[in-house]
Amino acid sequence: MTVQQVLFLLFGAIAVGAAVGMVTARKVFHAALWMLLAFFGVAGLYVLLEAPFFAAAQLFVYMGAIGVLIIYAIMLTRGMMRQRLPRVNDQWWFAGLLAAVFLGVLAWLVWQHPWATTAAAVPGDSLNRLGLTLVDPEGFALPFEVASVLLVMALIGAVTIVRER
Amino acid sequence: MVPLQWYLILAAALFCIGLYAVLARRNAIAILMGVELMLNAVNINLVAFWRYTEPAAATGQAFAAFVYAVAAAEVAVGLALIVSIYRNRETVDVDEINLLKW
Repeated sequence: MTVQQVLFLLFGAIAVGAAVGMVTARKVFHAALWMLLAFFGVAGLYVLLEAPFFAAAQLFVYMGAIGVLIIYAIMLTRGMMRQRLPRVNDQWWFAGLLAAVFLGVLAWLVWQHPWATTAAAVPGDSLNRLGLTLVDPEGFALPFEVASVLLVMALIGAVTIVRER
Repeated sequence: MVPLQWYLILAAALFCIGLYAVLARRNAIAILMGVELMLNAVNINLVAFWRYTEPAAATGQAFAAFVYAVAAAEVAVGLALIVSIYRNRETVDVDEINLLKW
C-alpha cells in the first residue's frame, strides 16, 4: 500500500465513522459535532484528490459557515435539546433497510465497472483554469451569475422567514 | 495511486448514511445535517471524476462549486424555516409538524 492509500483509508474512516456517529448520536448537538468531524474527513479526501481549493472551501464553507449556522439553530431551538425524545421515528428500520440495500446496489454497480486506477497529472494552474471556466461566457458564466442570485434570494428569504411579526 | 472506485464506494457509503438520517431522524435539524452529508458525498464523486477522467478541464470542479452554493442556500433557508416553525409550534420534531398533512 502506498502512502496515499493509507491516507485515503484514514480520512475515509474519519468521514464514515463520524457520519455513523452523527446519525446515532442521541443529542442533536453531539450529532452536529460529529458532522463537523465528517466534513473534516472529506476535506482530507479533497487534499488527496489534489483539489486544494475544495479542501479550503470545505473547511470554510462547511465546517465554518454551515457548522456555525446549524449550531446556532440548535441553540435557538434549545427546548428540544432538553427533551428525552427517541431520536428516530417509527420507520427507522425501513429507512435503515432502504439505505443498506441502496448502498449494496451502488457498491455492486461500482464494483462491476473497471474504473481508472491511474490518472493524468493535475496541471499546476488548475485553480486558474477553474476561475476562468466559471466566468467564461462559453463556460459557466450564466450558471455562476444565477448561483449568486440564488444566494441573495436565499439570504433575503431566510431573513423574511425568521423575522418577528 | 488510490483507485477511483474506492472514492465512489466511500461516497456511496456517506450518501446512504445521510439518506438514513433524512428518513429516520425525528429532529428537523438532524434531517438537514443528513442532507448536507448527501451533498458532500455527491461532491466527492464530482471531484473524484474530475481528478481521474479530465484533470485538464475544470468542468467537474465547476459543478462541485455550484453544489457548494446550492448547499449554502439550502441550509440558510432550511434553518430559517426550522426556527420559524419552532417559534410557532414549540417543536422541531417532524412527527408533530403536520399542519399541511391531510
